Amino acid sequence: MCKGMDNKKQRGILVIAEQSNGEIHKVSYELLNKGRELAEQRNMPLDCLLLGGDGIPAEELNYRGAQTVYYMKDSIFSTLEEYTYKKNIVAFIEEKEPEIVLIGATNFGRSLAPRIAAALCTGLTADCTDLQINDEGRLIQIRPAFSDHLFAHIKTVKNPQMATVRYKEFAEAKRDLKNLENIIFVKPYFKQTSKSTVDEMIALDDFDITEAEVIVAGGRGIRRKEDLAMLEELAKVLGGKVGVSRALVDAGMAESSAQVGYSGNRVKPKVYIACGISGAPQHLAGMKDSQVIIAVNSDPSAPIFQIADYGYVGDLYEVIPQFTRQLRKEDAVK
Amino acid sequence: MNILVLVKEVPDMEKVKFDQEKGVVDRSSAEAEINPFDENALQAAVDQKEKEQKNVTVTVMTMGPQRAEKTLRDAYARGADKGVLLTDRKFGGSDTCATAKTLAAAIRKIGNFDLILCGEKSVDGDTAQVGAEVAEFLDIPHAYYVEEIRNLDHDSVQVTIENIGGDRQVRTMKLPALIGVTKNISRPKLPTVNRKLESLTIQVETITLQDLNGFMSEEECGFKGSPTKVSKIEIPKEVKKNNQVFREDFTAFLQSVTDVLTEKGIV
Ligand SMILES: Cc1cc2nc3c(=O)[nH]c(=O)nc-3n(C[C@H](O)[C@H](O)[C@H](O)COP(=O)(O)OP(=O)(O)OC[C@H]3O[C@@H](n4cnc5c(N)ncnc54)[C@H](O)[C@@H]3O)c2cc1C
Repeated sequence: MCKGMDNKKQRGILVIAEQSNGEIHKVSYELLNKGRELAEQRNMPLDCLLLGGDGIPAEELNYRGAQTVYYMKDSIFSTLEEYTYKKNIVAFIEEKEPEIVLIGATNFGRSLAPRIAAALCTGLTADCTDLQINDEGRLIQIRPAFSDHLFAHIKTVKNPQMATVRYKEFAEAKRDLKNLENIIFVKPYFKQTSKSTVDEMIALDDFDITEAEVIVAGGRGIRRKEDLAMLEELAKVLGGKVGVSRALVDAGMAESSAQVGYSGNRVKPKVYIACGISGAPQHLAGMKDSQVIIAVNSDPSAPIFQIADYGYVGDLYEVIPQFTRQLRKEDAVK
Repeated sequence: MNILVLVKEVPDMEKVKFDQEKGVVDRSSAEAEINPFDENALQAAVDQKEKEQKNVTVTVMTMGPQRAEKTLRDAYARGADKGVLLTDRKFGGSDTCATAKTLAAAIRKIGNFDLILCGEKSVDGDTAQVGAEVAEFLDIPHAYYVEEIRNLDHDSVQVTIENIGGDRQVRTMKLPALIGVTKNISRPKLPTVNRKLESLTIQVETITLQDLNGFMSEEECGFKGSPTKVSKIEIPKEVKKNNQVFREDFTAFLQSVTDVLTEKGIV
């Protein structure tokens, strides 16, 4: 069903950059940061492949550490469609033969990467939280498994060794303007497929909970949709956004773009304030890596308290407005 | 119209016990169930059958041990027409690549599917890779994060993708095609008592490696056919949490929280 590559010949690390509407996704810079570390250990080149339409600032990828940026420039790449992307990326990899290929675990990356891996007859490890090089020079891909109960170290016996990495798992590579600009334009190998056509793209509102530094999240402890305004107030004072547990999405009180958890968004804000959320494992899966967790819940045995840095046992309908008032007061004093 | 739904049997993740010392899941500690995300895929297929009033047949396929047959019966009770079980000891130890290859081989063998549905990911493996890999091995287009099937006719399917690169996307794919669905695509219904009883008597088709002769080789399946290998299991260290829970003393709580907010540069 697929051919596979000869293991001996390949060299180098290839980061596949992601762009959407001409803007480079920051996960690309994070991959370049980790990629640099691995490349130095193996004394190999670190290159980057970018597919997109006109006018993307590809040199940014050089500033962030890519030695060569291969820019496959064509308007067919302005719409994100896996089949056409896959055909072209696979042809590129077969020609350049990188030993390691890294892709961001964004929605598009998670959908595209398995197709590429299957076409190349190689393995793929999803959502790695760390990458290392072992004594034999092979890539060790580390990922959480079974609801984060353990970390599995995974090796791929074929080449390229491929992994996807979640956004915000690694720090971004520093921008260094002294790095040489080195962009090679590549013609697409394949035209757009007729098997799959994008009819329409509707920009979602800018609401992106994963970018918030502070999240005030509400759960079933919130009784009516209107009461979410209380959390909005607090979020406003703290310059944050309101998230919710799945219970509120299922009840039709909130949009799924605001949902935090296993089947929603994974967030890592500086501060996460959980209000009337019990702390089910599926909710924790989406927020437990927050820097500071604060919980307000009327039930002292709620599991959320076990992972909270600060907790208050009480009625959120009293606690939250009072908290907001206090913060406003302090603001006014300053 | 033939719709195929790929499902996986998983342990009930809310009840399953975990052996911290051995680093394995104790599968006997919780009952196996159909992967929750696959319930949405199955319901989406059944919805098509009911909506279109066309000649839609829904087949459910799973790979696993003989007992996974129960999952297929459960799927029948929820409205599927047929069940196919891929089972063979040689399939054991498959990673996503080998799993997808085996599923693709069986799909080719049975032939004649127009649309293949799968859930967003499985709650135990959590990779979300198998669907797209199956599509690649069959060389058919796919879409992930599908929240709606807008239109399905004899040669194409139009879907809405929830979020890809910050956009909601409407896409048309020629059939056959594969779609991975989110939980928003359907509301899984409970099986009726009648279907439940009937499900106990249906014939489940079983496919072994031998049946796939000509579609895949022994080298391609199971542990041997898996390019990824687990080399080590590590138990994460407990993260130290401050874990201060206040009960009556609201002022003290407020002080602590204000301090940390200040420290983080937020207020
Ligand atoms: C496959 C799968 C995926 C899932 N994905 C997600 C996901 O992505 N995100 C998610 O959140 N869930 C998810 N869930 C659901 C999850 O299991 C829980 O059902 C859900 O998180 C519960 O939400 P909750 O904490 O808001 O509600 P509950 O568990 O009902 O908790 C409500 C809490 O509010 C407290 N409370 C009530 N009134 C007050 C008050 N006045 N003041 C203070 N506290 C009060 C109660 O003590 C209680 O602890 C998933 C489940 C499955 C099976």
